[in-house]
Amino acid sequence: MSGRMRLPHGGQVDHEKPLSFTFNGKTYTGLAGDTLASALLANGVHLVGRSFKYHRPRGIVTAGPEEPNALVQVGEDPRTDPNMKATQLELVEGLSARSQNAWPSVEFDIGAVNTLAARAIPAGFYYKTFMWPASAWKTYEHVIRRAAGLGTSPQQRDPDRYDKTYAHCDVLVVGAGPAGLAAALAAGRSGARVVLVEQDHLLGGALLNASEEMIDGVPALDWVRSAETELAQMPNLRILRRTVAYGAFDHGFYGLMENVTDHLAEAPDHLPRHRLWKLRAAKAVFCCGAIERPLVFADNDRPGVMTASSVQSYVNRYALKPGKRAVVFTNNDSGYGAALDMTAAGIEVAAVIDLRAAPGGPLTERAEAAGLRILADHAIIGTAGKKRVTKVRVAELSAEGDAVVGTAEEIDCDLVAVSGGWNPTVHLFCHAKGSLEWDEDHACFVPGKAMQAGQQVAGSANGAFGLAACLAEGAEAGAAAAAEAGFEPGAAVTAESDDRDFLPGRWMWLVPSDKPLGQKAKHFVDQQNDVTAADLKLALREGYVSIEHVKRYTTTGMATDQGKLGNVNAIGIVAEAFGRPLPEVGVTTFRPPFTPVSFGIFAGRDVDDLLDPLRRTPMHAWHERNGALFEDVGQWRRPWYYPQFGEDMHQAVNREVKAVRESLGVLDASTLGKIDIQGPDAAEFLNRVYTNAWKKLDIGKARYGLMLGEDGMVMDDGVTTRLGENHFLMTTTTGNAAPVLAHLEDYLQTEWPDLQVYLTSVTEQFATITLSGPNARTLMAELSDAELSPNALPHMGYTAAKVAGVPARIFRISFTGELSYEINVPASFGMAVWQTVMTAGERYGITPYGTEAMHVLRAEKGYIIVGQETDGSVTPLDLDMGWAVSKTKDFIGKRSLTRADMQKPDRKQLVGILTQDPKEVLPEGAQLVEGVLPQPPMPMLGHVTSSYYSPNCGRSIAMALIKGGLARKGETLYAPLEGGKTVACVVAESPVFFDPEGKRLNG
Amino acid sequence: MLVITCPYCGPRCESEFSNGGEAHIERPKDPESLSDAEWAEFVFLRNNPKGLLLERWNHAQGCRRWFNVARDTVTYEILAVYPMGSPPPALAPKRYV
Amino acid sequence: MVESYLRQSALAHLGLEAQRARDEAAAAVRLHEKVLPAAVNLRGDGDDPAFLEAVAQALGLTLPLAPNTTASNAEVAILWLGPNEWLVIQHDAAPDAESHLATRLRNAPGDFHSAVTEVGESLVCIHLAGPRAADVIAKGCPLDLHPSVFGGAGRCAQSHLSKTAITLHQVSDEENGGPAFDLYTRRSFADYLWRWLSDAAREYNKA
Repeated sequence: MSGRMRLPHGGQVDHEKPLSFTFNGKTYTGLAGDTLASALLANGVHLVGRSFKYHRPRGIVTAGPEEPNALVQVGEDPRTDPNMKATQLELVEGLSARSQNAWPSVEFDIGAVNTLAARAIPAGFYYKTFMWPASAWKTYEHVIRRAAGLGTSPQQRDPDRYDKTYAHCDVLVVGAGPAGLAAALAAGRSGARVVLVEQDHLLGGALLNASEEMIDGVPALDWVRSAETELAQMPNLRILRRTVAYGAFDHGFYGLMENVTDHLAEAPDHLPRHRLWKLRAAKAVFCCGAIERPLVFADNDRPGVMTASSVQSYVNRYALKPGKRAVVFTNNDSGYGAALDMTAAGIEVAAVIDLRAAPGGPLTERAEAAGLRILADHAIIGTAGKKRVTKVRVAELSAEGDAVVGTAEEIDCDLVAVSGGWNPTVHLFCHAKGSLEWDEDHACFVPGKAMQAGQQVAGSANGAFGLAACLAEGAEAGAAAAAEAGFEPGAAVTAESDDRDFLPGRWMWLVPSDKPLGQKAKHFVDQQNDVTAADLKLALREGYVSIEHVKRYTTTGMATDQGKLGNVNAIGIVAEAFGRPLPEVGVTTFRPPFTPVSFGIFAGRDVDDLLDPLRRTPMHAWHERNGALFEDVGQWRRPWYYPQFGEDMHQAVNREVKAVRESLGVLDASTLGKIDIQGPDAAEFLNRVYTNAWKKLDIGKARYGLMLGEDGMVMDDGVTTRLGENHFLMTTTTGNAAPVLAHLEDYLQTEWPDLQVYLTSVTEQFATITLSGPNARTLMAELSDAELSPNALPHMGYTAAKVAGVPARIFRISFTGELSYEINVPASFGMAVWQTVMTAGERYGITPYGTEAMHVLRAEKGYIIVGQETDGSVTPLDLDMGWAVSKTKDFIGKRSLTRADMQKPDRKQLVGILTQDPKEVLPEGAQLVEGVLPQPPMPMLGHVTSSYYSPNCGRSIAMALIKGGLARKGETLYAPLEGGKTVACVVAESPVFFDPEGKRLNG
Repeated sequence: MLVITCPYCGPRCESEFSNGGEAHIERPKDPESLSDAEWAEFVFLRNNPKGLLLERWNHAQGCRRWFNVARDTVTYEILAVYPMGSPPPALAPKRYV
Repeated sequence: MVESYLRQSALAHLGLEAQRARDEAAAAVRLHEKVLPAAVNLRGDGDDPAFLEAVAQALGLTLPLAPNTTASNAEVAILWLGPNEWLVIQHDAAPDAESHLATRLRNAPGDFHSAVTEVGESLVCIHLAGPRAADVIAKGCPLDLHPSVFGGAGRCAQSHLSKTAITLHQVSDEENGGPAFDLYTRRSFADYLWRWLSDAAREYNKA
C-alpha cells in the first residue's frame, strides 16, 4: 500500500510499482510516477518544513515549480542538493530527503519561539536591527542564517559529471501542455527543426491534472498520447523531457537544463547527471501555462491550505486524497473544479466559500446542481490547527467587500483548496525583455509586445485560458513560427474542445478579517520569505514607493520561487494601499533562472585538467621525464627549473644560471610568438608599428623592436628578422603572441588597407631551442653545417642551415647576454633535435634551464620583460630606452610620448636597485620610500619589478619603477616590508649588472 | 550571446568574435600637428550612446577579418553589418530619451 | 633527405595507435589522429585573375571562392579560410611534401601580391566519424552542423571548440554510419583537445 490516502486506482502513477523512500528519517512507500510531494501526501504527510522567519509549520501548497514551502534537502554529502522542490522531485527507489528549515526537527522546532515574538520581527527587521554597527552584522548573520536556513551545500567535491552542449533549431516550443503540443505539431509538420521542452517527465501539462476534459471527442490524455506518438516519429523534432527552459537571452539564445539521470535509481556511468543546452532558436513559442494564485487571508499558511488546481492534480494525476474533509475558497469559477473532483474522489466538500456576491460560471453551476453548499459573498477570516489546518472561520462580507459582517461560522476541515485567479507564466517572455499588459477582466499580467522578433506566447501563458483557445493559439503560433523560419506549412493542426474560462471573478487582493491587519493573525503574501500584507503596508508607511524597492525591503518574491505565487497579490495590495490602478504600480523584474539550476552544468566537463588548455611544446614530454617543475605562462606550460639530486629551487636556479655563464645552457623557447610577415610593404609596415627604424635592415639581420599602443605605453617587444627583401619573421613575448597579431591585423585592415602585407602566425610551426653560453658555438659547429664565425654569423645575424640533419633557421640573438643561438626547427622534429643537442652537449655539461634562470640571466643584463617591468602605464622613455625610439618617423603611439603628462618629472622610471646588504633579496612588489615613517601611510615612490639573487654577480640585484628614478641614481631608498623590517638600498648607476660592455654577447 | 553575421563567413555565435569599440574613428594622418587635447580625443574618448552604436568587431576565431556593426545598445538588435572602409548604411534606429 | 622516423606528432605521448585498436568496436563516434599533415597557408586576392590562374596551375585545382567551401583532388584539399586566405592540406604525405607544396605555389608565375607560408607542422588533425560525430563537436563548438545549415561534405569553417580555435572540414556525409570531420587545431592544444573530445564522446561510446 503506497499510503493511506491513496486512491485504489487511476491517475498517472503505476499502482503496481511501489517505491520505498525516507523523509526525515522515516520510511514510506510511494508509487512510480509520484513526486516526493505526492508520495508524502499519499501517506498523509502535509507538514514538510518550518517557515523562514517565524518558523511556522508549513505544508505542501502546490504541485509544481511555484512551490514555496516544500523545499527539501535530498541525499547525503557529497551527493546532496538543498532547496529541491518536493513538488517537482520525481520519486525514485531509495530517495532520502529531509526538511531543511527546522531544527532540531520539523515536529518540534525550537525556532518556533519566533512565532511568539512575531510582532518584534516586522519587514526590514534585519536591516533595522542588525545593520548597526555594520561590523556586527557578520555575527548576527551566522546565527540568523542557521536559524532560518535554506538547506546546506555539499561539503565534499561533487562526484557527478555534467555536460553542456550547443544546439540549434528553427522553432523552440517551451511547454508540452495543450498549446505547446499543438504548436509543436504544427511546426513539426512543416519540416522545421523543432525542440519541444517540458520540465515534467510526462507531456500534457495541465491536462494531466484534469479529470474530464475532452479533445476531438476523446479524453484529453488520449489526444496527448496520439500527439506524442506523432511527435516522436518526426525526425526533425526533439522532445526534451525533465528539461527546464530556465532563461531566455539575446538573439534567440536559451538556457535549458536537462535532468538526465536524477530519476534513475542507478545512474549509468557513461551518462552525465545534468546537461546544459545552449540553444539557439530562430523562432520560439512560449506555452508555459499559468499558475494559480492563492488568496491572501488570515492565517492562510497552515499545512493543508493548498491551491485548488494542485488539489486537482493530486486527486486526478497522483490518485490520492490530500484530505478527508475540505473547504474550497475561491473568487472565480475554476475553484469549483476542485470541489467537483474532490467530491468524485470521495473527499467530503464541507463548503465552497465564494468571495463573489453572485457565483456563476459553468463549474459553479455544476456544483450548484450537485448540491454542494456554497456560501456566496463570504470569506475565510481565520484558520486554526497546529500542524495541520483543523477548521476555518467563515463570515459574510460587507457591501463594499472591505470588511466582514455578522457572526463567524466555524467549519471543521483538514484541507482548504484556494483559488484566487490565474497568472500566465510570462517569465521567459520577460527575460527576453518582452513587455506586459494588464488584463483587467482576468486580473493578470499578460504578454504584450515581444522585444525580440520571432517570439510568441500561446495558450494560458498568453491569457487564453480556455482549452479550445489554448489549442488554437498553439497551433497558430507553431505554424506561424515555422512559416517565419521559411518552412511551407504541413497539415493543419485542428483540435476541438470546450472553451471554458475561469470567469466571472471578483478580484480582491487582501481578504478582510474580523481583526485589524497584522494582529493575532497573519495574511501571508509570500510564504517562502514569510512576508505578510502587514509588512507590505508597513513598507509603504515608511515611505517606499517603487514596487522594486518594496520588494527589496520586504523581500517579497525574492527566494527560490521568485514570487511565482505571491507577486501579483503583493502588487495588488500595494496598488490598493496607494489608491492607484494596479498596472501603474508595475511589475518587478523577472530574471533567470525560472527555477534553480545546478552549478555543475555551467562547468560541464571544463573541470580538473580540462578546466583550461595546457599548451605543450614539442619537447614537453622530455621536460616531464627529466623532472622539470613547470610554470604556467598564459596557457603555456613552461619548464620553470629542473631540480636535481634534491636541490631546492634556489640551488637549482643558481646551478642553471652559472652553467649558462660558464659553459652551456639550453632553453625550450618554443612558446615565443612568431609572426610571418610577407609583402612589398612589409618594411614600411614594421616602421609604423615599431618605435625604431626598419627600412634599412639588411637581409639576414635581426633587430630588437618596441611596440606601443596608441597611448604611448609599451605593449610588447621582440626581435624581428629580415628573411628576404619582402619577408620578415617577428617574434613576440609568449603571452602576447595572439594580442600582437590581432593588433597588427587591426591596423593593416582598418587604417592601412593600402599596404601590401600578409601576416600569418607561425608560432607553432617551429620548435625553438636556444643554446646559450661560451660553448654554444663549439657545440653548434658539431651539429650544424652553418657558417658560424663571428663575421659570417654575428650577433643579431640569421642563417638557414641544417642542425642535427634537420632544416633549421638559426638566429644569433641573446636574452642572456651570452653567445646564443635560437634554433628553429619544424615542430615535429623538435624532440629529435633536442635529444641530439642534449647528447652532443654532454661533454660541455649542457644544462637545461627554465624560465626562472632565464629571468635571472636577463635581469643580470638589465633586459626588461614586458608585463613585469611594464604594466600598461610605462613608456619607452620611462624605461630609459629612448635609444630605441625614432625621432624622425611616425609610429603607433608616438604622438602620445610628447603629451604634457608624459613629460612630468615625477613619472615612474625604471632603475636598477642594489640592497646595502648584498645577501638581502627584496620581494618583488616591495614599495620603496624615501624615509620610513612610524606607520603607514607614507609617500611611496614606486615598487620593485624584478628581484633575484645573482650567483654571477655574487649578490642580489633588482629593478624598480621609481618616481623620477633616473634622477635619483646613487640615492638611498628604503623598502619597508611586512613584519616591520626595513631594507635599505641604493639606486644603481645602471640596471646592467653583468658584462656591461657586452663582450660575451659579441664574442 | 549575440548572433553576429560576419560579412565573410555568415551568421556566427558571439563567442567567435572580439569587440573593437566604436567605429569610424580614423587615425589622424599627421599626429604631430594635433594639440594634446585633439590627440587625446582620438586616443581616449569614445561615445557610449543609448540606442544606435556603430562599432567594430573582429571575427577573431574565424576569418580574422574586421568589420563594422550597427547595434542598438538597448535591444542588442543588430541593424546592419558592413565592411571596413564603408560608410554606415542609412538606418532608422529607435530613439531613446 | 630528412629521416621521417625522427618526426613526432603532438599526440605521440598518448600512444593513440594502441588506443584506436581497442576503441574501434561499434562506437557511435570514432576518433583518430591523422598524423602530420602537410599544409600551406595561402594569402592572395581572390578577385585577381592572375593569382587565381597561378594557383590553379600550381595545384591543378581552382581556389574555392565561396565562403566555408573547399575544393579537393586526390592530392590536396583547399579550405576557404577568409576572403583572401586559404589552407592547402595534404595528408599521408612525405616529410618534405610541405616544402614542395609551398615551393610550387611560390614559384607560380605572375604579377600579384600573395603569401605562402608552411603551417602543417603547427597543426594537429583529429578525425571524427559516426552518427554522433556532430553531437560530440557541438558540445564545445557553436557552429550549427546540421546538413541544412552547414552544407554537408565539402564544407569547412573556423570556430572554437571549448577553449581552442579550430578549423573544421566535413569530409564525408557517410562514414561509420554518420558524417565525418577533420578537425584541425594548433599542436600545443592537441593534448587538451583530444582528451576533451574523448570525454565528450564517452556517453555515446559505452562499452
